[in-house]
Amino acid sequence: MTQTPLLHLTGLSKAYPGVVANDDVSLSIAPGEVHALLGENGAGKSTLVKMIYGLVKPDAGTMLMRGAPFAPPEPRAARAAGVGMVFQHFSLFDALSVAENIALGMENAPKMRALSQQIREVSDTYGLPLAPDRVVGDLSAGERQRVEIIRCLLQEPKLLIMDEPTSVLTPQEVEILFKTLRKLSGEGTAILYISHKLDEIRALCDAATILRLGKVVGHCTPAETSARDMAEMMVGSALKTPIRAGKTPGDVVLTLAGLSAPSPSAFGMPLRDISVEVRRGEILGIGGVAGNGQDELLSALSGEVLSPVGMVTFEGRDVGQLGPTPRRKMGMLSAPEERLGHAAAPEMSLTENALLTGAARENLDPRGVINWGAAQRFAQKIIERFDVRTPGPHNAARSLSGGNLQKFVIGREVLQRPDLLVVNQPTWGVDASAAASIRQALLDLAEGGTALIVISQDLDELMEISDRFAALNEGRLSEPRAAQGLSVEEIGLMMGGAHGMEVAHV
Amino acid sequence: MGGRRVIRLEKRPEASRAFSLATPVLAVLATMVFGGLLFTALGKDPFVAIRTIFWDPLFGEFSFFYRPQLLIKGAPLVLIAIGLSLGFKAGIWNIGAEGQYIMGALFGAGMGLAFYPMEGWFIFPLMVLAGAFGGWIWAMIPAVLRVRFGTNEILVSLMLVYVAEQFLASMSLGLLKNPEGFGFPGSRNLQQYESAFNADLIEGSGMHWGVVAAMIAVIFAYVLLSKHRLGFAIRVTGEAPRAAKFSGVNPTRLVLFCLGMSGILAGLAGMFEVSGPAGQITIDFNVGYGFTAIIVAFLGRLHPIGILLAGLLMALTYIGGDIAQSNLGLPAAAIQVFQGMLLFFLLALDMFTHYRLRFGRGEVA
Repeated sequence: MTQTPLLHLTGLSKAYPGVVANDDVSLSIAPGEVHALLGENGAGKSTLVKMIYGLVKPDAGTMLMRGAPFAPPEPRAARAAGVGMVFQHFSLFDALSVAENIALGMENAPKMRALSQQIREVSDTYGLPLAPDRVVGDLSAGERQRVEIIRCLLQEPKLLIMDEPTSVLTPQEVEILFKTLRKLSGEGTAILYISHKLDEIRALCDAATILRLGKVVGHCTPAETSARDMAEMMVGSALKTPIRAGKTPGDVVLTLAGLSAPSPSAFGMPLRDISVEVRRGEILGIGGVAGNGQDELLSALSGEVLSPVGMVTFEGRDVGQLGPTPRRKMGMLSAPEERLGHAAAPEMSLTENALLTGAARENLDPRGVINWGAAQRFAQKIIERFDVRTPGPHNAARSLSGGNLQKFVIGREVLQRPDLLVVNQPTWGVDASAAASIRQALLDLAEGGTALIVISQDLDELMEISDRFAALNEGRLSEPRAAQGLSVEEIGLMMGGAHGMEVAHV
Repeated sequence: MGGRRVIRLEKRPEASRAFSLATPVLAVLATMVFGGLLFTALGKDPFVAIRTIFWDPLFGEFSFFYRPQLLIKGAPLVLIAIGLSLGFKAGIWNIGAEGQYIMGALFGAGMGLAFYPMEGWFIFPLMVLAGAFGGWIWAMIPAVLRVRFGTNEILVSLMLVYVAEQFLASMSLGLLKNPEGFGFPGSRNLQQYESAFNADLIEGSGMHWGVVAAMIAVIFAYVLLSKHRLGFAIRVTGEAPRAAKFSGVNPTRLVLFCLGMSGILAGLAGMFEVSGPAGQITIDFNVGYGFTAIIVAFLGRLHPIGILLAGLLMALTYIGGDIAQSNLGLPAAAIQVFQGMLLFFLLALDMFTHYRLRFGRGEVA
C-alpha cells in the first residue's frame, strides 16, 4: 500500500496495575479498509480501541492520523478527528424516541424536525431501516444498534470502530449490517471491526490483526486464511471443538404447559402460552432476537417469577409456586444472561458469589449457619475446574473479565450436578477458547443425563450443541424441531423472519 | 482547547480499605475544625469549647458523674442504630425509629402500670416483651404497606413519628396520667415502683438492662451478618437486589424482618429508657434518639462494632454539648449544627472510599 494510512499506530503500550493490557502494538489502517481486530477476552482489544477513541491514554507509543500526530485526550476530540465508535453495550434511553436519543449525543443538535430528516436520509442511503419517531424501548436489539450506527454516521466519520456488532443480531440483520459496512467502506470510511466470529471476519474484512495477551501475534488476510488457523493464532493452542455424543434422550424432566406470564416491566415481554417438554440428556436450544422473552423465560424457570399451578412441572411435581431455593434443591438450576448484578453480586467476593446459588445443594449453610470454609473450597473448585483467571476466591466478581466471570457463573451451576440446567447466553462476550470449554461442559452435562435449555442469540452455537431447536418470538415459542439439517434461512424464519426486514430498502 | 480547570470524580477499581477506616476519624477532625470556627463566630474560645465537649465528660473534674451518663445515653443510640443498620444494609430505610421508640415506651410503661401496685418478678420481663411489641407493631405499619401496596417506607415511617408523638401527648394527659400527680401531665414514676424499675445493675455505674441489651444486640448483629444465611441475604440485597432474588431471597420477608427487627430494638430502647433513666411517660419524653441513631448507624459504617463506637462518640457529643451549653452558654442550636456537621463530613468524605478526585483541564462548556 503506497498511500498514507488513515491511522497508523506504532508501539502502543498501556499497563494497568498488575496487568499489561497492550504491549508494543502496531497496526495500520488504510482509508476504506475493513480491518478486523481479533483476540480472546483480555487480549487487549478494548484497551486498544479505547486509546484510539480517547478514553484511555497510552503509556508509550504514537498514533498518526493521516500522517499527523493524533493523541485524543477525550472522546470528543476523537470524534472531531473523525473517529466514531459503536459500543457493544448501547447507551440509549428506552423512554425516548430514536431522534431524541440521537440528539442527546450531539454537540449542538439541530431542530428535531431537521434531525429527523437527516436520520431518514442516512438510513435510506446506508440501508438501515429506522423510523426517527419510534420509541427506543420498542426496538429490537438490531434496531437499537442501527440507532447507534446512525448516531456515528451523522458525524461523517473517517474511521468507524465496531465492538462485536453482530452478537445480538439475526442472520438477516447481520446481512443488512454487512451491506451497510461494505457501502461505507466503498465510500472510503475505514472500519475497525472487533469480533469473535471468524466466519464473519472472513466474509467482511480486508485485513486482520490478531492480539494475544496484549501483543500483536500476527496479521493476516482473512479471506485467505482458514477460520481454524485464525482461531489457533488467537488462542495459541489447538482449538477444542465440542463433540456431539448422539444419544437417545431419556425421560421427560421438565414440562411446560401453556406457560404464560405478564410482562414484568413496561419494556419487558410477556410470555405467551409456551408448551414444551425437555428430556434427560437432551439439549433444547432456544434462539431468538434479544428482548423476545428470553429473560422472562429464565425467570419463570429459575423461580424468580412464580407461575400458576399446572404450568411448570419438574420430574412429575408442580413447581410453579416454588421459589428459587426449593427448585435448586430439587435439581433445577439456572444461569441468567446478565453476569454482573443478576448472576453475581459485583462487589462481593467469589466465595460469597459461590454461596449465592451453591448454598442449598452444596450444603454451605447447614441450619442457616454459613460454613465459610466450605464456601471458599467450592469457589476454589469452580476456579480450578473452569480455569477462571483470578488471583483467588477473595477477589470481587467485578474485578474479573467478562469471560472469566462467565466461566465462574456457569461452572458454579455445572458443578452442582443439576438435573435441569437453564442457561441464557452462556458464551456471550466470551473468547473462543472459553466459549469452547463452556460448550463442552454443557455437552458433558447432557452426556451425564442432565436436561438442558440453552437460550442464546448465537445461532452457530445453538446449531453446534442443540439436539432440538426452537425460537422465541414476541414471547411465543415455536414448535421445537430437530436441530440436525436445519438451514440458517429456516431458523431465521422460525425466529419470526427478519426483524424490520419488511421496511428494508436495500 | 483552552479551558478552565476541572475536577472530576473517578470511581476506584476497588473500594479503598484505608479510606474506609480513616473516614470516621477524618470526619471527627473536620467537625472539630469547622465546629471550632462556628464557636469562634459565636464569640467563644473554640479550644475551650472542643475540650468541653470531647474531654471534660471523660476526664474532667466531674467525670465521675458524666461517665455513667455515657452509657445511659449511648445504650439507646446503639440499640436503635443496630436495628436500623440491618435494614440500611439491605436498602430498607426505616427513618421512623423515633416513633417506634415512643411506642415501645408507651407499651412497656403501660404494661408495668397495669400491674401497679402489685409486686412480682414477672412484671419487668412482661414490660420488656410489651416494649418490643410496641416498637414492632409500629414498624409493621410501613412494612406491611410497602409489601402490600408498594408505598415508600421512608415517608410512612417518618410520618408515624408524628402520630406517635400525638399518642404520647394523649397518654401523658389521659390514660397513663398519674392519678396522684396533682393534675400534672405525666405517668407515675416507675423508678418508685420496684417491680418495674430498670435500676442500675451496679449502683451508680449507669449500667442498666438497656446497656446489656445493646451489647447483646451488637453481638447478635455481628454474628448474624457474618455467619448467618439471613445476614448474607441482607448484604446481597443491598449490593445487588436482582442477584439476591435470583439466589432465592424473598424480598417481602426481608422487608418484614428488617423493619420488624429495627422496630423491636427501638421499642426496647424506649422501654428501658422510660423504666429507668427517664422514669415516667411525659409529653416531652422523646429527645431524638431515634433520629440521632441514623447518624450513629452511618457513622459506624453500618458495622456492629463501628456502631458501638459511634454510639459512644455521639453520646459524648450530647453530654459534652450539654456541658458546653450550661458552662459556656452555647445555644442548643449550635450543638445540633455541630452534630449535623459530623454526619455531613462523614458522608462527604465517605465518597472517597469509592471515588477519587482527578484534576485536569476541560474545554469551555
